[in-house]
Order: sequence, then C-alpha cells, then structure tokens
Amino acid sequence: MKEYKAPRLDRPWTEVNPGGIVLEPGVSVTYVTGTWRTMQPVRDHAQCTQCLICWIMCPDGAIPIVDGKVSGFDLVHCKGCGICAAECPVNIKKPHSETGEMGKAIQMVPEPAESDA
Amino acid sequence: MVESKFLPLDGATSVSQAMRQINPDVVAAYPITPQTAVVQNFSQYVADGIVNTEFIPVESEHAAMSACVGASAAGGRVMTATAANGLALMWEMLYIAAGMRLPIVLTVVNRALSSPLNIHCDHSDAMGARDSGWIQIYAETGQEAYDNTIQAIRIAEHPDLLLPVMSCQDGFITGHGVERVGILPDSDIKDFVGEYKPRYALLNIDEPVTFGAWDFTDYYFEHKRQQSEVINNSLPIIESVFKEYEKLSGRPQPVLDMWGMDDAEYAIIVLSSTAGTSRAVARRWREKGVKVGVVKPRLYRPFPEQYLLEAIKNCKAVAVLDRAISFGAPLSQGPLFTDTTAALYNAGISGLPVVNYIFGLGGRDILPDHIGSVFSDLQKIASDGQRGTMVRYLGLRE
Repeated sequence: MKEYKAPRLDRPWTEVNPGGIVLEPGVSVTYVTGTWRTMQPVRDHAQCTQCLICWIMCPDGAIPIVDGKVSGFDLVHCKGCGICAAECPVNIKKPHSETGEMGKAIQMVPEPAESDA
Repeated sequence: MVESKFLPLDGATSVSQAMRQINPDVVAAYPITPQTAVVQNFSQYVADGIVNTEFIPVESEHAAMSACVGASAAGGRVMTATAANGLALMWEMLYIAAGMRLPIVLTVVNRALSSPLNIHCDHSDAMGARDSGWIQIYAETGQEAYDNTIQAIRIAEHPDLLLPVMSCQDGFITGHGVERVGILPDSDIKDFVGEYKPRYALLNIDEPVTFGAWDFTDYYFEHKRQQSEVINNSLPIIESVFKEYEKLSGRPQPVLDMWGMDDAEYAIIVLSSTAGTSRAVARRWREKGVKVGVVKPRLYRPFPEQYLLEAIKNCKAVAVLDRAISFGAPLSQGPLFTDTTAALYNAGISGLPVVNYIFGLGGRDILPDHIGSVFSDLQKIASDGQRGTMVRYLGLRE
C-alpha cells in the first residue's frame, strides 16, 4: 500500500487557514481512517466476477482498481462499513476462500487484533 | 460628500433599495411569512431585470442560508433577509457561515419569536444569534437600515475579517414605518462597495480549495480560537468603513450614537428605534435641568466594551433597556445588560449602579412616559444610594 504523509498536527491557532479551508487538493488521503474499523471485508478473488459494483458503492473510494479490475481493499482508508459486502451480487458456488462460508464473494470478518492499517 | 436624494420609504424598502444598488451575485431567500417587504421588493427588481442577481426562492430559511453558504463559498457576493422564526430556522447555518468565514450579509427585521404566536417587534430573534460569530449592527431608523446594509458589505468582505454581518432594524416600527430616507446615487454605492474579489473561491479552478472539510479534535479548537481573534479585533476595521461611509454620505456613523453623554449623570443604553424615543424624552429632561443622556450602540457584536465604559463611567446611575430576555440568566436579565455589567466588572468598576429594564416584547409599545419613569428611577437610585430591583419591566401590566 502506498505510503501517505500524515497531516501536521503541531500548527498553532495563529497559523491555521481561515475557516478551516484546505488549500491543497486531494489531501484527504493523508487522513488515516482504517483505524476506525471493527469489521474488515475479505474477497474471494477466484469467484469474483469483476462486476465493479463494490467499487461503485464504496463511500470512501477504498477499493482500488488496477487495470480495470478490483485488486483488493485500501485498508488505510476502509472504515469497514460493509457496504461492499452487502452490495456484492455474486452468490458463490464454493465456500469462500477466506471464511469457508457460502454467501457473497465479499464477506465481512472481525478486524484482526493486530491490524495492518 | 455626495448629495442624497430623499424619498418617503419604509425601512424594509430602504434595505431593498440598498440591495438594488449593491446588486449582489446571489440572493437566496424564503419568500413567505415571516419574510418582509425586503425580499418582496428585491424579487421585483430581479423580475424587472433591474439587478443581475441570481434569486433563489428556497423552501425554508434553513435552505436559504444553506444556499447562501454554497454561493459564498463559490465566490459570489451573497445577501439574504429574514425575520423572527425565519432567523431561528437559520440557526445551524449561521454558525456554519461564520465558521467557514463567509462574508454573507443578512438583513434582519427584528421580530418576536413564537410561542405564543406573535409577529411584532422585539429583539429575541437576533439576540439568540449573538454567539453565532456574526457581526451585528442595529439600526434606529430606515435611514440607518439603508446605510448599515451598504456598509455591511464592506465590513463582511474586508480581507482581514471575512465575517458574515447581520444588519438589524426594528420590525414594523421602522420596517413598516414610512420616513424620509436619503438614497445615495447608484454609481457612488457601486464604487463604495466595489467589486468583490474573494480570497478563496470554489469556482476558481486555477486554485482548487476545499471548504467545510472534516476538522476533528486535532484542529477544530485552533480554528475556533482564530475565529474569536478575528471578531475580537474587528472594531478598528469596522470603524474605518464607518468613517469612509460618513465621508461619502455626510451622515455620522459612530460606533456609539450618544446624546448628552459629555456630562450625563443618568444614562439610558438602548438599541435601535427606542433610542429615538429616549432622546426625545431626554431633551425634555435636559430642559428641566436634569443631566440625562442616551447611548445607542450601533454595534452589538463585536461588543464595543471600551467605548461603552468610557461613555458611562462618570454617570451616577445607568439603565440598560433590553427588548429580549435571556431566560434563566440571573433574574432572566436581558443580553445587553449582561454584557454591559460584565464589561464594568472586568474593568474593575463596581460602584456604578446599573439596572435592567425589559421592554417592548412582542411589539408592546414603549411610550415617552416609560422612558421618563426610567430617568425618575435613576435619580432615586442615585439619591438613595441603593440599586434596588435589578431587573424591571416597562409597559408590563403588574
């Protein structure tokens, strides 16, 4: 996963931008929200049909697309809301590669105690 | 100085005349009750093509201020108008406008808040918004409402402020009362307000910025501290705009409008139209040889603490007249009294007796005899050396 530089947290009130305006575009990537997660999405890569519905529905843009295909989850920003798992339309034919359960190609599992995020 | 053309106008129409001359980019307003003639007249100017303004008739005052916030962040010069419960419905967005440092100008015709249901004058609406971060100017007359609306644009948009301004006048008393109002030439107002060049704007695609972003425990406090510093230090900038407009119009634009305060022993502090009644009574008392005076703060936020202390420090007794109640404050005193007494305490002045009079709620008439009774009370307080009841009522059946 790409390294992001965290925002400075040491600016005194005399140096902050008026009205909380943000002058640089795209800086929300520096805000780590992956630590908010209690549940984590897992995807069965082999049974995924690459319909991209999870990518469309993800409210945080945390499902990166590489060469037109879902490559995994951006766990630095994924908040574990579970929308991708709820919206996944693929009813898998074999047990899920990560959970061993039947159901959707994307499923939610409890966040591991030691998270990568 | 430029000659004004005098017209018979009510206070609301005076404000819409000012808005016509300012010709803002966007006006978003709720078009029906409790709206006033300010927006009714202005929408006519839009329909007639007299102004270039984009007029957005929204579904509520909450939406009106929301649209103003969006339009101002986009980089437009933005105005709106409301009154009473309409202002109350804007509450959430008032804080957002001030917190985002958007120079929106809101003209308010001060009226009572329900319940009980009432549409007449008092200051409950704007006083409730006194902590929202808006600059508040109060007008005594339709003339002042016109003048203040124009100056509000320059104050709000000053690059060192970028604060929204609420320009208030008394509902019905001046809002609907027809008087002689001097209107400056359109071209001079156009020059005075100038072109608005926003420091940041969403529509400036060459310098992309984000407004209203997430601001968590790590920075919200710093932004709020900065906001308080800006309004705390806004008085000199506001005064410079007042002086410039005074020069243009030939009409005095003081922070405190004072009558007889050079040597006054007994003073009334009051906002808006009641200052006129108070001054008329004070003249008669002066003729009787009693040294009375009247202070009318034109600015309430920022609170002109130093000027007010300077004005009243040599008085023997002072009355603060409030057209609103701060429910649950000590004896449910009025907000102007709370601020005045806090200023005295902070300056270490404790010997000056100050009393509070609540008056005129829901449009109850305030009559010359009421003002006379205040001056009598102040004389008695000074001679007895005892303040007596702190919060009193004028025109209330007791």
